[in-house]
Amino acid sequence: MYCEDDLLHIRGVQQLSYCKRRCALLFIEQQWSDNFFTAKGIVMHDKAHVEKIEHKKGVVIERDIYLKSYELGLIGKSDVVEFHRSGNKLIPFPVEYKSGKAKSDNVDKVQLCAQALCLEEMMNVTIESGAIFYGKTRNRLNVEFNKSLREETFALAQEFHSLVDSRETPKPEYSKKCYNCSFEELCLPEIFDKQKSVKKYLKKIVNNEKTI
Amino acid sequence: MKKLFSTLYVSTQGAYISKERENIVVSLQSKELFRAPVHLINSVVCFGNIMCSPFLLGLCAENNASVSYFTEYGRFIAKVQSPVSGNVLLRKQQYKYSDDGKFCLETAQSVLLGKLSNSRTVINRALRDHEDKISDSDKLKQVSDGLRRAIANVFNAENVDVLRGMEGDAAVAYFSVFNKLILNHKEEFFMPGRNRRPPKDRVNCLLSFVYTLLVHDVSSALEGVGLDPQVGFLHKDRPGRPSLSLDIMEEFRSVIADRLVLTLINLSQVNANGFSESPSGGVIMDDENRKIVIDAYRKRKEEEIFHPFFKENIHIGLLYHAQALLFARYIRGDIDAYPPFIWK
Repeated sequence: MYCEDDLLHIRGVQQLSYCKRRCALLFIEQQWSDNFFTAKGIVMHDKAHVEKIEHKKGVVIERDIYLKSYELGLIGKSDVVEFHRSGNKLIPFPVEYKSGKAKSDNVDKVQLCAQALCLEEMMNVTIESGAIFYGKTRNRLNVEFNKSLREETFALAQEFHSLVDSRETPKPEYSKKCYNCSFEELCLPEIFDKQKSVKKYLKKIVNNEKTI
Repeated sequence: MKKLFSTLYVSTQGAYISKERENIVVSLQSKELFRAPVHLINSVVCFGNIMCSPFLLGLCAENNASVSYFTEYGRFIAKVQSPVSGNVLLRKQQYKYSDDGKFCLETAQSVLLGKLSNSRTVINRALRDHEDKISDSDKLKQVSDGLRRAIANVFNAENVDVLRGMEGDAAVAYFSVFNKLILNHKEEFFMPGRNRRPPKDRVNCLLSFVYTLLVHDVSSALEGVGLDPQVGFLHKDRPGRPSLSLDIMEEFRSVIADRLVLTLINLSQVNANGFSESPSGGVIMDDENRKIVIDAYRKRKEEEIFHPFFKENIHIGLLYHAQALLFARYIRGDIDAYPPFIWK
């Protein structure tokens, strides 16, 4: 159980599963940098957040609600939570908006699952599924919160906490995904991954000075 | 690299800067002079009697653009910016290191290497390109050779005080031949040596003003990556002095500022009549010349230059950010030394 002061932003879970260094740059170094993809996401979210509460075909839709879990140590805000009637109870169904398309890994699913785990703790309910709406393909992917996804999310939340507690930003590992990352220019993975020796660079400058 | 944003310099006395939707609008007596969307601008710099609406300040803060005020003569007054950003842990590490003798020495060695190497290149380039027009080129060669010897000695220095002494000697030698790099209007543009507060001749007046623009940009770049511009390593801490900015600025003085001043004089872009001497002996330049200098500096920042550490071309305006970023990485221990920008 975490206490109020230790709660970290839910977004970290997704960032961590994408790249540990990106997560550290964001949450330890407090850096942020947009690119085309993140800007597109912001525009899309602005649209998703126009009205706070809506009723549609028996479903109550609430946006921008606070999410919190002391067990995961996370806090954040939802995009959209639909409340589906089940008997005389309203069961929350989190929906996350993404501007891109569905990915082969679990990056988006763990973020949604973390939201569901928060809602479960807050409302004392069990949530079986939620959905991710992908703007590019305009399809809605149903996500089932099964045991393995819950465990993965829980482990990521723990790792996120220990990363932030360590106060150390891991060194970059240059890979294909760096190409699409909005932090590339802050992170400079190509330069720092190679463990380039600056002392050698300095020595070269000194040695290159020639008499004229 | 990061995108090159523009700095908006406003020096028209009595101008009013306001917000219109997402735009920065500069007007004079209700007549619009300039307009640009805020997301293209990363800082607004006002000289003298310029008014800014509170909503403009809000718009700039929201978009991470700072608004700075200077006197007409380039003395810094104040700066409005959004809350301090970046990593407090990085700043704490910077403070710790500033008390660490070995770290200070190694940092100061890098900083001085950058300064000496770039000063030497300015002289060598002049010799290479204009030897026929330079009187007494032997003197220049002598200074260049002295700088070469100093460069060879930088890493033998045992403490920062030795480096400060080397820096002082190098600066005196460099400025002793600075007049020889002035190829036109030698009568009007002549300096007996570096002087400031107040500058006593036109050349020093130009240099001081361009250094002001430079220190402002370097400070913004350092703040932008979360460093404290006041805690330096070669320059001693003194309340109010941006010591780290002065450290990082050393490598840029000759290649950016001095060369800009030389170009302005040698290509007859500044007007020698646009300078006046105050009764106390200080030399000040007029509005017209100030505009010419700012404009030339702004254009210079849009040019590209090869960065030998990144091994790629980079806008001069982004050099400060690039060096600030490298410095932050150095403080964090990602790299084993600070690599200054070297111009060849």
